[in-house]
Amino acid sequence: MTTPTVNGTSSVHLVLAWGLVGIPLAWGVTETLMNALKLFH
Amino acid sequence: MSSTTASAELFGRGRIIARPGFSRWMVPPAALCVHLCIGQAYAFSVFNLPMTRLLGITQSIPDDWKLTDLGWIFSIAIVFLGLSAAVCGRWVEEGGPRRAMFTAGLCWGGGFLISALGVYMHNLWVIYFGYGVIGGIGLGIGYISPVSTLIKWFPDRPGMATGMAIMGFGGGAFIASPLSVWLMRLFSTPTHVGVAETFIVMGAVYFCFMMVGAALVRLPAPGYVPPAQPKKLITTNNVFVYQALKTPQFWLIWWVLCLNVTAGIGVLGQASAMSQEMFPGRITAVAAAGFVGLMSLFNMGGRFFWASVSDYIGRKSTYFVFFVLGFILYATVPYAGATGSVSLFVLCFCVIISMYGGGFSTVPAYLRDMFGTRYVGAIHGMLLTAWSAAGIFGPVLVNYIRQYNVDNGIPRAQAYNITMYLMAALLVVGFLCNLFITAVNERHHMVPDESDAMGMAD
Repeated sequence: MTTPTVNGTSSVHLVLAWGLVGIPLAWGVTETLMNALKLFH
Repeated sequence: MSSTTASAELFGRGRIIARPGFSRWMVPPAALCVHLCIGQAYAFSVFNLPMTRLLGITQSIPDDWKLTDLGWIFSIAIVFLGLSAAVCGRWVEEGGPRRAMFTAGLCWGGGFLISALGVYMHNLWVIYFGYGVIGGIGLGIGYISPVSTLIKWFPDRPGMATGMAIMGFGGGAFIASPLSVWLMRLFSTPTHVGVAETFIVMGAVYFCFMMVGAALVRLPAPGYVPPAQPKKLITTNNVFVYQALKTPQFWLIWWVLCLNVTAGIGVLGQASAMSQEMFPGRITAVAAAGFVGLMSLFNMGGRFFWASVSDYIGRKSTYFVFFVLGFILYATVPYAGATGSVSLFVLCFCVIISMYGGGFSTVPAYLRDMFGTRYVGAIHGMLLTAWSAAGIFGPVLVNYIRQYNVDNGIPRAQAYNITMYLMAALLVVGFLCNLFITAVNERHHMVPDESDAMGMAD
């Protein structure tokens, strides 16, 4: 069920919008971090 | 209905005024949709080596393009970023973010498609035009538009809001780099490198992603008042875009940004070579690549961290931290090299690069504090010429001074010492510029009637 936030925007919309940008970004950061760890090996 | 009217209805400011109940937290993802895409520019170098063997496939042959020729693609794009941001700033501000983001998507996606044609025809001038000129215009328009929109939505925390978007510009490279490598591997065959197909796919994906951002973006309704606390050095008045150029504050901030970026951009481009030369045998090529990746993470994280910090300690104090801490760290690098401390060296540069990113993300809020929100996007566009200038100063200083030292017999491990001291000196000048920044004289403020007339014209 959609839970409206205080100001009325659907929380589902917020999750979808942030997921759309957050998931690719998290993937890219993880890839970079894995490569960066080679510095300390 | 004429097509102009239809276009105005679809993209105009009136069409995207938020309805009651719209959450302002929907706007940062819209901004990130654009900045994550145009941030690919930082990862363009992954195409350089494959593009030097488009004809030879396994190795470069005489008719293949040279690395030095390919390096101009990125340079042209950055120059057109600064130029388009400066020239189109007022158009972006008055037409609203949806029209600007749509245009940026067209230019950015179109630039990739034209470049794919250039690869197919093996004509480098087509790529200069496609990615460099058209893509560069998309970069400039796409960079300033979401930032000014976020400032209007988050006047109570403009640093944090713009930091999120500009962090996306840094983060875009993290996505683009592995994605480009994966796509080129997917499309490559024993007789084909796969760059053109990669450009086509990336252009299409970026265009779609940026259209999502254009669809999501909204402007606050007139009279929107967030819970802002009035602070010192923050104006509630507006300054017209061209009037801002007549104030000493604009030019002082221009130098503050230019000097901060010059110090960072020079070492960012040379980080891999510098780390290997300062620690021969201890930092290998693989480890140096990891070091560059680590610096990119701090570059991205610093954009969000420092801009958010500036909401609490103020913009002027944040830049004071950049200049004082930067001075100490640059002066410490030669000591790290002399004592062979890799950890100290890595720590110094990670913090320096976080402040380089922080300089970019804090400056829109600094401009907002000085010149108001009305034309902040256009004024920010003008200010980005400082980035273009720093893009020339920084690498030239680092490269030429290093070469001069090497030519004069200084060991490679110590060839960067003078550069580091010079960077520290630049930060002293930046500190002084920041020190002289005061509130804008009220004779530069737009009078209420003038503001209303500008608003009506929109």
